[in-house]
Amino acid sequence: MIDHQLIDTYAREISDEKQTSVITGSAASTDKRYTILFKDYEDPDALRKLAGKIKDHTLHHLDRYVEQAEASLQRNGVQVHFADTGDDAKATILSILQERGISKLTKSKSMAAEEIHLNPFLIENGIECLESDLGEFIIQLDDDVPSHIVRPIIHKNRREIARTFQREGIAADYNDDPATITHRARAFLRDKYMQAEAVITGGNFISAESGRLVLVTNEGNSRFGMAPSKVHIALVGIEKIVPTDRDLGLFLNLLGRSATGQQLTVYTEFITGPKDDSQPSGPEEMHVVFLNNGRTDVLESNCREILRCIRCSACQNVCPVYRQASGHAYRTTYGGPVGAVLSPLLFGDQFPELADLPKASSLCGACNEVCPVDIPIPDLLLRLRDKAKREHIHSPGAPPMSPFATLATSPSLWRTAMTMSKAMNHLPIQVAPVKPLQEWLGQRTLPEWHGGDFRKWMKNRNNS
Amino acid sequence: MSSRDTILSKIRSALDGVKEKSAYPDYDASVFHSRPRLEGTPREAFDRNFIAAGGEVMPDLAALAAFLQQGGHTRGYCDPALMDSVGLALAAAGFTVETSYERSRYEDYQFGITRASGAIAESGSLILDDALTSDRLAALSPWVHVAVLRESEIHRTIPDAIAAFGPSRNILWATGPSKTADVEGILIEGVHGPGEQVAFFI
Repeated sequence: MIDHQLIDTYAREISDEKQTSVITGSAASTDKRYTILFKDYEDPDALRKLAGKIKDHTLHHLDRYVEQAEASLQRNGVQVHFADTGDDAKATILSILQERGISKLTKSKSMAAEEIHLNPFLIENGIECLESDLGEFIIQLDDDVPSHIVRPIIHKNRREIARTFQREGIAADYNDDPATITHRARAFLRDKYMQAEAVITGGNFISAESGRLVLVTNEGNSRFGMAPSKVHIALVGIEKIVPTDRDLGLFLNLLGRSATGQQLTVYTEFITGPKDDSQPSGPEEMHVVFLNNGRTDVLESNCREILRCIRCSACQNVCPVYRQASGHAYRTTYGGPVGAVLSPLLFGDQFPELADLPKASSLCGACNEVCPVDIPIPDLLLRLRDKAKREHIHSPGAPPMSPFATLATSPSLWRTAMTMSKAMNHLPIQVAPVKPLQEWLGQRTLPEWHGGDFRKWMKNRNNS
Repeated sequence: MSSRDTILSKIRSALDGVKEKSAYPDYDASVFHSRPRLEGTPREAFDRNFIAAGGEVMPDLAALAAFLQQGGHTRGYCDPALMDSVGLALAAAGFTVETSYERSRYEDYQFGITRASGAIAESGSLILDDALTSDRLAALSPWVHVAVLRESEIHRTIPDAIAAFGPSRNILWATGPSKTADVEGILIEGVHGPGEQVAFFI
């Protein structure tokens, strides 16, 4: 058996059931998304290019915008905290909860919280921390990890979920009807919301100008989590800041259309502090924890454009590698094209172990084509391949490319090889004792070799 | 050094390497208007887009009463300020209408009638503003949420609605009922919030 890179091995070992779920799930509603992305607007491409420029500008002046956002939030009565590492963020959040004697909370989906493994940490510290997004709730019951940014359980089918609900006592019997599953979760989570003393959310955007924190959900779970809670804690990556409220309109438009093919996500909430005094429901205290956790390393790298990402998952949905391999094959919080760039950089100390991810791409460019902030993902993948090469990192199982490199960098060798390889048309190369070749040809047939014909044509053309 | 200062100093050192810093791009917010969605009067556009997102628009009190009756939603909450315009008529038609929302009895409220501060035509969204919403939970926990508003309160576009943000600390745009497609990509309505989002114009 030949060694494969980790991501390939994962893709090979994935069960048929899981692969079917991921392929159909990521391909689902592609038509709807394409329609809303490319119809209806005079120049849809201009929107994402504009959004990319706004993000670049913000990142290039991030120190200024972080300070401005901090001042705006404080003016609104929000307590602002900074966490340079995941551990700092976890300690900050735990102490906010412990100082107030809070032991029960609900949490809406946050990739930043996934990234720092906040949930298991709080549970270890005796805090009941329940995920309220349906997908994340199921992930939590199964002690699994999300495999998609917007649809965390894209790798599961209804039968698996129904079995989980029965096993965990969410429902007395097995029922795999998606509406029944959803409404059972609704009934279970309501009591939990009502008992919760705090809510933890992420943040999709923060406007530096006004300090507005924007949260979007389709389910309404963050809204419901906040309504009965006394304390709201938002964990927000420092790259989530945008300059003005007007920019929020553009980003919300692009996020909804790119993520799920909606003009706007159903619940789009603009929060500028604790609840109004006249309002009976809602937090009396609000905290924003700004998280770095490696983002400044990404900012320093030559791949800083990846920090434009607004976590819409459009690149995951269109990526042929993601669809075959599933998000788990990327072995970190972020899978798919965005993860192949972000994860090796964000988790810098693990770069050697994750250096296979940028190689797992055919560079087809579909990810860039759908990216709402125009991140040149294929270029960034190439830069990371270059980084791995310069740092002499060899990913286990990577096919040896040095014979090809020797060939491709010497014109005379190349010329000879082009002509000589015509012999392949007459030789049974599929039985050649070269394992990688056998492996490769096991699933493919080569067309007839025409190497050297172009050079011959060029030469004759010049002579005539 | 505090985490704050560490982060700012790391940002500054990372940005030292950025030779050309992008300027803020000047743009006109009208570039992101969806023209087909804006066709017709603001009310026509709102109705069309809100219904497309799964919302229901009730033309009059009789239709609202029939809609609630049909779904078996006979008991609910009404913002006291809306009793004259909506609640009393429903009570007269045989519905149980309460003017206080008690959290401990959240399961008793099958519908919740609250004031919306406006709507957005382009996206088909209702705007709920903390200052006008009598209780966030009353607009969230019942299966049916009826948002009461005036036609003159419809903003034409998303940028218009943003430009009109008031001083309120919490503003919600609700574009249709609560929904999910987490299970096999199949759309299900009524996950945590209302399964029916109704707009009622007065």
